Amino acid sequence: MTVDTAVPTPEATTSGVGRRRSFKPRYPAWLALPSLAYQIIFFIGAMSILVAFSFATQTGFNQITYGFSLEQYKQVLDPTYLGIFARTLAMAAGGTILTILVGYPVAYWMARYLGNNKLIALLLIIVPFWTSFLIRTYALKIILDSHGYLAQTLHVDLMYSAWAVGIGLVYNYLPLFILPVFSSLERMDWTLIEAANDLSAKPFSAFRQVTLPLTLPGFVTGALLVFIPMTGEYVIPAILGGGKFVFIGNVIGDAFNSAQNPPFGSALAISLMLALSVFVVIYILVATKEERFGS
Amino acid sequence: MAPKSNRSKTGFTLWAVVVFVFLYLPIAVMVLFAFNQPAPEAIANNPGISPCDIPATQIGNVSVWNGFATCWFNKGLHDPTYIPAIITSAQIAFIAAAVSVILGLMAALALARMKPRGRIPFDILVYLTLVVPEIVIAVAALIFFVQAHNTLPIFPKLGFWTIVLGQIIFNSSLSMLIIRARFVGMGDTLEEASFDLGAGPLATFRQVTFPRLIPAVLSAFLLSFTFSFDDYVLPAFTNGTTNTWPIVLYSAVRFGITPAVNALATMMLLLTVGVIALTVVILRRSRGGSTDGVAKNFAALGV
Repeated sequence: MTVDTAVPTPEATTSGVGRRRSFKPRYPAWLALPSLAYQIIFFIGAMSILVAFSFATQTGFNQITYGFSLEQYKQVLDPTYLGIFARTLAMAAGGTILTILVGYPVAYWMARYLGNNKLIALLLIIVPFWTSFLIRTYALKIILDSHGYLAQTLHVDLMYSAWAVGIGLVYNYLPLFILPVFSSLERMDWTLIEAANDLSAKPFSAFRQVTLPLTLPGFVTGALLVFIPMTGEYVIPAILGGGKFVFIGNVIGDAFNSAQNPPFGSALAISLMLALSVFVVIYILVATKEERFGS
Repeated sequence: MAPKSNRSKTGFTLWAVVVFVFLYLPIAVMVLFAFNQPAPEAIANNPGISPCDIPATQIGNVSVWNGFATCWFNKGLHDPTYIPAIITSAQIAFIAAAVSVILGLMAALALARMKPRGRIPFDILVYLTLVVPEIVIAVAALIFFVQAHNTLPIFPKLGFWTIVLGQIIFNSSLSMLIIRARFVGMGDTLEEASFDLGAGPLATFRQVTFPRLIPAVLSAFLLSFTFSFDDYVLPAFTNGTTNTWPIVLYSAVRFGITPAVNALATMMLLLTVGVIALTVVILRRSRGGSTDGVAKNFAALGV
């Protein structure tokens, strides 16, 4: 695109009368180039090599032959791996639903009832981020420990269960859901709800017919921002699942670390992206549309 | 009508309290267990030495409460593995956040008022870097960095710099979104006036745009720093032999943790909360009591 000149016409500087709004103040477009170049080299470049690797074959220790082999993808279709894919997607879906159930009322409460204390509530949501999530996950493990208070006194022993992994997922992803949902709820005009109440709408139908449609983009981006990264979770299943609830992320990691089979790991990673592509497309459509430019 | 809406307000408030307890309970446990003692049999087996000097392998079960000790804080501060790892992580996070904010700021200025035709392809790329599961980016970056070093020996080997290069991918996207949201929210009347009065882009930036963007730039830097510092997955694959704090933590959590880890984490949390509280107070002062902008910058995280 052309860069609009920053030099105004003489009339514009001397009198307000001749001032035309024919140009918008702009910073030059080339300022975006360093970022663009960086992403093309390191992000697109890395993802392209990943695709190339997934079609390559392992021809010995640390030896790769590029080509167009579907061998790795055939292995991905093995029932063992399909089962891990299914479990990963199911557990991430469950974790996302739990996160929504736990987090949405909190975001709603912050946006609707907090008034001037919103900043404090926001900080309280963010502060846990400042402690290593590994330590927080370890602390969850202490809480859920079979010899701990919860198990011994209350007889709730969740250690190394699917629930432990679920609690870990909700715990770590909750702020990532609350923040975007809060920011869309905060922009809502609450007088609309008063109007609905005046027209004798029940609270839930006012929510369903007014609040939810108006804040749907924030809800959708929040939910997908939780669900998509959750499917690639690597640490939580390892620490809280005790090896019983391996996610596809763990298998991908192992293919590169212990199994020394990068082409297979690459094919798994690409398959994960293919499985998620619908969600990624929805996320991007909603996220790019939701931004409001100018006002 | 009023009592009913009060009742639902009370319900929401109660739920929020429950959720905040859930969010902070593990942190409270972390702080409490920084004062934990080694298992009783470990102390019995190691007579005559301070409980915190018992080797990590003999310390016994420390995920149950064994008794009160304060020596872990001193022990943690002199740990030969953890302290260098924390310093390395801080260096990596600082460089990655600084570069990300510069890239993000430049892109935000250019993109904020660009026509959708030019902006949307860039936006798609930005959102992709944030939503693709990190394990996928991590293994892709691992292959890419190894190949890049093999092809061009000038490219850094796996280690400190490859972690920085990898983290800039998503941190610069995050910074761009935070800064752009603020820049768009400010409106363009002041920039327009500045350009109208004959100021060039550089002068306009220095005198008009940047001063108003400082809160957004700060929160972008803080968030990038936090994410880098706490990042485990990408460094775990691209670190070579470099140890970062999350990497040593992960192996501690898996193969034997000591309360020294909790003590260090507790001290870092106090330091961070202090720095942030100070920043908020300063921003509040300099912006005449309005904290709305700061709040929005934090909320822009997921926009």
